[in-house]
Amino acid sequence: MEFLGLINYWIVIVLMMTGFYIVIAHDNLVKKIVGLNIFQVSVFVFYITMAKVEGGTAPILAEGITTYSNPLPHVLILTAIVVGVATTALGLALVVRIRDAYGTIEDDELENQEGES
Amino acid sequence: MSPEQAIQLSLLVPFLGAALIVLTWANPNVRETVTLITGAVLFYLVSSIYPTVAGGGQPSVTLFEMLPGLAIVFTVEPLGMIFAGIASFLWIVTSIYSIGYMRGHDEQNQTRFYALFAIAIGAAIGIAFAGNMLTLFVFYEVLTISTFPLVTHHGTPEAKRAGRVYLGILLSTSIAFQLVAIIWTWSMVGTLDFTQGGILNGKVGGLTAAILLGLYVFGIGKAALMPFHRWLPAAMVAPTPVSALLHAVAVVKAGVFTVLKVAVYIFGVDFLFSIEASQWFLYLAAATVLISSLVAMSKDNLKARLAYSTVSQLSYIVLGAMLASDLGVIGGGMHIAMHAFGKITLFFCAGAYIVAAHKTEISHMHGIGRTMPLTTIAFMIGSLSIIGLPPMGGLWSKWYLALGALEAGQVVIVGVLMVSSLLNVAYLLEIPFKGFFAAPADNPSPKAHHEHDPDHDHRFDHQQPREIKEAPLPCLIAIGITSAGCLILFFYPEPVYNLMRLIVAP
Amino acid sequence: MAALFSSHLPALQVVLALLAAPLCVMLRRPNAAWFIATAVTWALLAIAVVLLGRVLDIGTITYALGNWPAPWGIEYRIDLANAFVLVLVTLIGSVVIPYARASIAAEVEEPRIYLFYCMYLLNLAGLLGIAITGDVFNLFVFLEISSLSSYVMISLSRDRRALVAAYRYLIMGTIGATFYIIGVGMMYQVTGTLNMVNLATLIPDLVDNRTVMVALAFLSVGLCLKLALFPLHMWLPNAYTYAPSAVSAFLAATGTKVAVYALARILFTVFGGSSLIDDFGLQEILVTFAVLAMIGGSAVAVYESNVKRLLAYSSVAQIGYMILGLSMASVIGMTAGLVHLFNHALMKGGLFMVMGCVFFRLSSVQVEDMDGLAKRMPLTMAAFVAGGFGLIGMPLTAGFISKWYLIQAALEKGWWAAVAAILISSLLAVIYVWRVVEAAYFKPPPKGAAEVGEAPLSMLVPMWVMIGMSYYFGIDATLTLDIATGAAETLLGGVQ
Repeated sequence: MEFLGLINYWIVIVLMMTGFYIVIAHDNLVKKIVGLNIFQVSVFVFYITMAKVEGGTAPILAEGITTYSNPLPHVLILTAIVVGVATTALGLALVVRIRDAYGTIEDDELENQEGES
Repeated sequence: MSPEQAIQLSLLVPFLGAALIVLTWANPNVRETVTLITGAVLFYLVSSIYPTVAGGGQPSVTLFEMLPGLAIVFTVEPLGMIFAGIASFLWIVTSIYSIGYMRGHDEQNQTRFYALFAIAIGAAIGIAFAGNMLTLFVFYEVLTISTFPLVTHHGTPEAKRAGRVYLGILLSTSIAFQLVAIIWTWSMVGTLDFTQGGILNGKVGGLTAAILLGLYVFGIGKAALMPFHRWLPAAMVAPTPVSALLHAVAVVKAGVFTVLKVAVYIFGVDFLFSIEASQWFLYLAAATVLISSLVAMSKDNLKARLAYSTVSQLSYIVLGAMLASDLGVIGGGMHIAMHAFGKITLFFCAGAYIVAAHKTEISHMHGIGRTMPLTTIAFMIGSLSIIGLPPMGGLWSKWYLALGALEAGQVVIVGVLMVSSLLNVAYLLEIPFKGFFAAPADNPSPKAHHEHDPDHDHRFDHQQPREIKEAPLPCLIAIGITSAGCLILFFYPEPVYNLMRLIVAP
Repeated sequence: MAALFSSHLPALQVVLALLAAPLCVMLRRPNAAWFIATAVTWALLAIAVVLLGRVLDIGTITYALGNWPAPWGIEYRIDLANAFVLVLVTLIGSVVIPYARASIAAEVEEPRIYLFYCMYLLNLAGLLGIAITGDVFNLFVFLEISSLSSYVMISLSRDRRALVAAYRYLIMGTIGATFYIIGVGMMYQVTGTLNMVNLATLIPDLVDNRTVMVALAFLSVGLCLKLALFPLHMWLPNAYTYAPSAVSAFLAATGTKVAVYALARILFTVFGGSSLIDDFGLQEILVTFAVLAMIGGSAVAVYESNVKRLLAYSSVAQIGYMILGLSMASVIGMTAGLVHLFNHALMKGGLFMVMGCVFFRLSSVQVEDMDGLAKRMPLTMAAFVAGGFGLIGMPLTAGFISKWYLIQAALEKGWWAAVAAILISSLLAVIYVWRVVEAAYFKPPPKGAAEVGEAPLSMLVPMWVMIGMSYYFGIDATLTLDIATGAAETLLGGVQ
C-alpha cells in the first residue's frame, strides 16, 4: 500500500534519474538538453502532485465546495515551466551556433577540436 | 617643530622625494640634487627628534585605524632612533657614492634606481618609527617590494633568478611565519603595541610562547638567520650601492631591528629569559655566526665574501637579542650602528674596485693597494671595525655582547664571539694585506674566473690595466665619511650607548 | 512624489534594471544601449547606498511586494547582509559598465552589442533580486534570470569556445538550479510556507523530519554548484576564460559572490535556528571542500599559461576562502568570509579588467605573448602588479584585511590545517602572480611583436578605479569590517 500511495514520488525519482543519466551519459548536445528537460519535468511532477489534496477539486472558487487543491504549487510550476522553456530555447540556440562554428554537435568530437582552437 | 610633526614629516619626505626624482628624470644633475636635498632634510628631521628621545621621551603619532582596534601608530623609542639616524645619515652618504658609481659604471635606469632608493629608505623609517607590530609589518613588506626592482636592476637572467630567491624567501617567511605570529599575538593578547617589558608576560603559556618565538624569529627573514639566509648572497647581483644599502642600512638592519623590537617590546627581556626556547635560537644564531664565517672564507668573489660576513654579523645582533640579558640587548643595539658603518665602508670599497679597476675577485686584487691606496686603507679600517679591534667602533659592540653573554651565563657564546673574530681576521684582512704587500704579477689569468662571476663586467676585458686610477671622487668622499665614522664611533660611542641604556633601564 | 519614490526603493532596486533591458533592445544602437545601461547602473548604486544607509540607521527593512503581507505575498527583506551585497553588485557594475564600452566594442560583433547591454541589465536585475528577496522561490526565479542572461553574455564572444563554455555552464547551472528548487519544494511540502523568516520559525520543530534533511542537502548542493565550490566548479574556468573580458570581470566579481550570500542566507537565516547544520556535520564538509578548493585552485593556477584561466582558477581558490570563513559559524569567521566577498570582487574585477586591456591591444591573453609588455603598456601592467599584491595579501591591500581576519578566525577555532591551507595558497599566489610579472617586466618582447600602445583611457580609468578601491579598503578597512561584522552578527543571530 505504501508503494502505491507514494507512486507519484517514485515516478518523480525515475524521471529525475533518467534525465540526469541522459545528461551525463550522452554526447549529443541536443540529447543532453532533452535529458535536462526530463530532469526538470520530474520536478514539475513533484510539485504538482504534492498540490493535490485528497478530495479536493480544482482551485476555483465555487458555491458549496469546501476542499480545494493547493493552487500555490501550480503557480510555482508555471513559473518553473517558463524558466524551463527559456533554458531549452537558449540551449538549443547555443547548439545551433555550435553546429555552425564546429560542424558537429557531439561532445567527444568537440573536445577533440577544442584542443586545436 | 614638535617631535610629532617631525615624525610625520620624516615619513612623508622620502616618498615626496621619490616623486620629485621621477619628475626630474630628464636632468640628471637636478635629479641627483633632489636626492641629496631629500636626504639632508630627512636627516635634519630625524635628528630633531633625538633630544626628546635621549631625554627619555617617546613621542607618538597615531594616524588612522586600519582594522577595528588596530591603528597605524608611530612611536619613537631609543632603538628606533638609532636605526632611523643610521638610515637617514647613510642615505646621504650612499647617494653621494651612487652618483660616482652609477655614472662611472654607466648604469641604465638611474631614475628608477634613485626613486626606489628613496621609497626603500622611507619604508625603513616607517619600520624604525613603528609603534606597533602591524605598522612595522606594513612597512616591512613595503621594504621587500621596493627593494626587489633594485636587486634585479640589471634585468639579466641572473638578476631575475636572484630576484626570485630574494622575493621567495622574504615573502614566504613573512607570510607563513611572521604574519601568523602577529595575528596570533593579537588574538591572544588584544594589543600589538610595543610596550616596555613586553606584552606577552602572563598571557601565554610556555609552549605557546616557544612556538610564537619561533614564528617571529624565522618569520623575520631579513635577519638572515640560517636557514633563511640565502637571499643575501643572491642579492649581490645588484649594483654595489644597492648592496651597500641593503647590507649596511635598510633591509638587513630592518630585520635585526625587528628581532630586537620583538625581543624587548613584545616578549620583554625577562620573559624571554624565562622561555627555554630562546636558548635554542641563541645556539642557532651562534651556529649561523660560525658557519657563515667559514663559508665567507671560501668565497673568492669579494661581494659574496662580504655577504656571508654580513650574515654572520647579523647573527651577532640576534645573539644579543636571544641572550635576553640587558647587556646583550645593549650590545645588539650598538652593533646595529657599528656594523652599519663598518660594512658600508667595505661595500663602498668593493664597488670602488669594480668601477675603477674592474676587479671583482679577491685573487685578482693582489697589489691593488699600490694603485688604489685610499680605498684599500679604508677597507682596512672597515675590516678592523668588523673584527672589533680598537681604535674602531666595532670594539664596543662586541665588548657589550661578550658582557651580555657572561651576564646570561652563556660562557660558550663568549667563545663563539672570540672564534668568529679570529675568522673575521682571516677572511677580511687578507684583502688589504694582499692589496699592499703582494705583487700584481701574482694575479692569476682573468679568463679562469669568468663563469663564476655574474658581476664581471665584460666591457673591459680587452684592457690590460696599467694605470689604475683611484675611485671616482664622489665614491672616495663617501668612503672617507664612513671610515671616519668607524673611528669616531670608537672615541665617541656615548650617543648610541646612552640610547640603548634607556631601553633596558628606563 | 519623492516620498512615493523613496518608499518603494526596494522594489525599484530590481525593477529599474528589468524595465531598462527591453529599452536597450528597442533602441538597438550600441551607444544608446551603453548609455542606458550606465545611467541605470549608477541609479541603482545610488538606491543601494540609500538602502544601506537606512539599514544602518533603523535596522532591517521589510517591503511587501504589491502590498500583499508575508507569508502570503512575496516579501523583500533587507538587513545588513543583503544591503552589503546590493552595494557590492551595483558598485562593480558601475565601474565595469563605463569600461565595457570600448572593451565590448572590440570583442563582440557590432550587430550584437545592444544584446550584451540588454543581457547585462537582466543579469544585474537577477543578482539584485537574489540579494534582496526574502522568499525562497523568488530567489529561484531571480537565480535563473541571472543565470540565463549570463549564459548569453558568455556566448557573445567571437571565440567559438565561448559557445561550448556557455553550453556546459547552462547544463550544469540548470542542474544546480533544479536541485535548489527540489529543495524548496520539499520545504514547502513540510512547512507550507516559502517565506524565509517564516521557515526559520517553523524548522526548529521539524529537526527530525527526513524531508527537511534531504531538502537541506538539495539546497546546499544546488547553491554550491552556482558558487563553484570545489568539486562543483567545473563550469567556471572555461566560462570565465572565453567570455568577453568585461563579462568575465563582471561575473567574476558578482555572480559567485551573490551565490555565496544566498548559501549563507539559507544556511544561517533559514536553517540557523535549528541544530540541523551541526547534526549534518555540514560545517566539516564545507571546510574540507573549502580547503581543497584553496589549495587545488591555486596549484592549478600555477601551471596555467592562459592568464584569464589562471585568474579563473585563482577565483576558485578565493571562493574557498569565503566558504571557509562562512563555515566557521563564528562572528569573526563570518566577518572574514563576508569581507572577502567584497574585497575579492574588487581585486578580481580589477584583474580581469587588466586582461581586458591586454586583450584589447594584443588579441591574446597567453603569458608567452605578454613578454616585455610592461614597456609598451606600463599603466596596465602596473595595475596587474597592484591587483596581484591583493591576491597575495600584501599589507595595504584589501586582500590583506580578509586574510588577517580569516587567519585570526581559524586560530581562534584552533583549525591549524585551515591556517596552513591559507598560507600555502597565499604562497602559491605569489608564484602565479609573479609568473605574469616576470614575463611582462623581465622578458624581451617576442620577435615581430606588435607596436602597441596603452589601452584607451575609457578602459584605463575604470580599471584603476577598481584597483584603487581595493587599496582604499585595504588601508582603511573600518567601514567594510564594521558592516561585515554587523552582517555576520545578523546572520548568526537568527531571526529577530
